Amino acid sequence: MALAKITSITGRGVYVPGNDIDTDRIIPARFMKCVTFDGLGEFLFFDVRKNADGSDKTHPLNDARFKAASILFSGANFGCGSSREHAPQAIQKYGFRAVIAENFAEIFFGNCTTLGIPCATAAREDIARIAAAIQADPAVEIVIDVDLQVIRFGGETIRAAVRATDRDALINGRWDAIGELLDGMPAMQATAAKLPYFLP
Amino acid sequence: MFAPKSLFEKVWDAHSVRTLANGQTQLLVGTHLIHEVTSPQAFGMVRDLGLKVVMPHRTFATVDHIVPTDQVVEPYRDTLAQTMMEELRKNCAEFGITFFDRATGKQGIVHIVGPEQGITQPGTTIACGDSHTSTHGAFGAIAFGIGTTQIRDVLATQTMALGKLKVRRINVTGRLRAGVYAKDVILHIIRVLGVNGGTGFAYEYGGEVFDRFTMEERMTVCNMSIEGGARAGYVNPDETTFAYLKGRPYAPKGSAWEGAVARWQGFASDAGCRYDDVVNFNGTDIAPTVTWGINPGQAIAIDETIPDPAKTVIIDEKSSIEEALAYMKLSPGAPIKGTKIDVAFIGSCTNGRLSDFQEVAKFIRGRKVAAGVKAIAVPGSQIVGLQCEHLGLDKILTEAGFEWRAAGCSMCLAMNPDKLIGDQLCASSSNRNFKGRQGSPTGRTLLMSPLMVAAAAVTGSVADAREVFAVSAD
Repeated sequence: MALAKITSITGRGVYVPGNDIDTDRIIPARFMKCVTFDGLGEFLFFDVRKNADGSDKTHPLNDARFKAASILFSGANFGCGSSREHAPQAIQKYGFRAVIAENFAEIFFGNCTTLGIPCATAAREDIARIAAAIQADPAVEIVIDVDLQVIRFGGETIRAAVRATDRDALINGRWDAIGELLDGMPAMQATAAKLPYFLP
Repeated sequence: MFAPKSLFEKVWDAHSVRTLANGQTQLLVGTHLIHEVTSPQAFGMVRDLGLKVVMPHRTFATVDHIVPTDQVVEPYRDTLAQTMMEELRKNCAEFGITFFDRATGKQGIVHIVGPEQGITQPGTTIACGDSHTSTHGAFGAIAFGIGTTQIRDVLATQTMALGKLKVRRINVTGRLRAGVYAKDVILHIIRVLGVNGGTGFAYEYGGEVFDRFTMEERMTVCNMSIEGGARAGYVNPDETTFAYLKGRPYAPKGSAWEGAVARWQGFASDAGCRYDDVVNFNGTDIAPTVTWGINPGQAIAIDETIPDPAKTVIIDEKSSIEEALAYMKLSPGAPIKGTKIDVAFIGSCTNGRLSDFQEVAKFIRGRKVAAGVKAIAVPGSQIVGLQCEHLGLDKILTEAGFEWRAAGCSMCLAMNPDKLIGDQLCASSSNRNFKGRQGSPTGRTLLMSPLMVAAAAVTGSVADAREVFAVSAD
C-alpha cells in the first residue's frame, strides 16, 4: 500500500481563535450517529457555526473570504476531549489538509497523523502573525514544510514543529501504519505467546 | 543488576512487539473493547482491505452511547440508533466477537462492563475507541483511548503504533474529609495540573488515599485522567484489586488464580523506580469540587466564588474565564453555591457504579427533588441496575423524585434521547462540561460528585452536600 509522502502542504489559511477547542465542538456527538465517515465535513464546528434555525453565526468558517482555506490555525490544546476520529475526519472532509496550533491533545494528534493530516505546533506570536496576514489578505499563500518544520507566508518564515515520529511517518509515506503492523504479525504472535492471559 | 521499574514500563516492555521505522512501538493490545459508535467504520476498513479480525477472543463488545434509557424494546424510535445497534450485532457475529448485547443481561457502558466481567486485569494493555478507556487503569492495566483507524489496526493485527509515554506519579496523602469523594480528588487534580498538564504522560496515582480507595473509587479517578490530558492513568494492583476480581466471570479460576495474582503483583511499580515527574497532594486540602466553566479544569471548591476575569493578569486565563462565563451565564465573583439548576444527572462511566447509587440513596432517603428539577439516575450497566434494584436503591431514588432508567451513557454525551433543552443548567456526575456536551448547543453542565448532584437536586441549586445531608465522619 503506497501512501503519499507528505512533505509539504500549500494553501490558504483560516484562523479559528480559542484555546481548549474540544472534539465535541469540532463535531457534536449527535452527528456521530452514522456508520461511515461520509458527509461529516458539513457538520464541522456545527454548533458554533449555525443557529438553531439553521442560519449562520459569526464564525471564520462562515466568512466567504476564507472559504478556500485548506490550513486550519488555532490556539492551545486543540482537539482535547473525546477520542472520536470523527473530528479529524470532519476536518479532512471539509477540505483541510493541515492543522497548526500552539499544541494538541494527544489522541486527536495521533488520529490526524493516521489520516495523513500534519499537525504542527507553532508559537502563539507566530500564529498571531499568520492570522494577521490572513486577515489582511485571505489569498496569502501559506506553505507548511513538514520536512524542514517551517511555515512560509508572505516572505516570512516561522518555526512549526512536528513530533519526530509523526514527521518521519508523514514525509516517508508511512503515516497509516497498517502495512508495517501486518508485517509484524509473527513478532506479535511471539509476544502474545509469552503472556498467559492470551491463551484462548 | 536489578533496575527498579514502574508498572507502566513493565507492562509496556511485556507488550512491545518491535520498534517501527518511525521510532514508535508496535504495541500488543491485550484486551480490545468496542462499542457501536467508533467501531463500524473500522470493521468497514477491515473488510475493504480484505483483512480479518486476528484474535476475536481478545475483543469484547457492548452497546452504550446510543441506547435509549427509556426504551429497551427494539426497534428504537431513533432509526439511526437502531442502524448502529444492528451494525454492531452484525459485525460481532461475522467476526466471532463476544457481544454483551442487552439480551445477555450484561450490557452497559464499556468501562463498567470490562471490570464487572473481570475482563479488565492487571498487567495488561487495553485499547478502546473511547477516551475514557483510562478507567481500566484502576486495575494496574495500561489502557488507552484510540481512534477508529487504530481500532482497525487492533482488529486486524492486535497491535497499534504508539510512542512511549512519560510517567508522572501523583501522590494523595493523608485522609479525605467526610463528604469528599474520588470525583472531588480528580477534579482537584485537574484543576491544579490543568486540562493539558498531562499531555505526553501516563498518571500513576498512589498514596494513602488511593491505598484506601475501593476499586470503584479508583476507577472514577482513572476515568478522568484524559480530562487532565493524560492518555492513561493507573493505580498499582494490590489486595483490593485482587479481591474485586476474584470470582468474576473472566477472572482466572481454580489453580490459575494464585499464579495470576503472583504475576499481577510482579507488575506493580518497584520501590525506588524512576518517575519523569512527581506531584504531591494532601487529601485534607481537597473539598467538594464543582466546575463553573466549559472544561473540567475550570473548577472550584463548593465554598469558593466564581473567578473574576478582572482579577487575573494572565491574558489567556482572562480570555478563557470570559468565554466560559459568557457561555455559562454565570457572574464573576458570585458564590457557586446557590446557583439554580434545572436538571440533575447521576450516571456515566465516571460515576454510574453501585457505590455511587448506594452513597446517594443513603442520604437522599426521605428527601424530595425540588420542584422544577428534572432528576434522572442511570445505572452504568444492567448488572449495576439489578444490584441497585435488589438493594431497593431504585425505590429510594424514585421516591425522592428521580427517574430510574435503563443502563447506558445517557446524558453524559447525548447521543441518545437524554438531552438538555435550551440553556438548562445540569448538575452532573459525568466527566465533561464542554459547550453543548449534554446535547443542547447552549446547555450548561456543572460537574460534581454524585452526592453533590443529589444535594443540588433536593435544594434546586448548587449546594454543599455536607450541609444538606449533615454528612459527618463515620
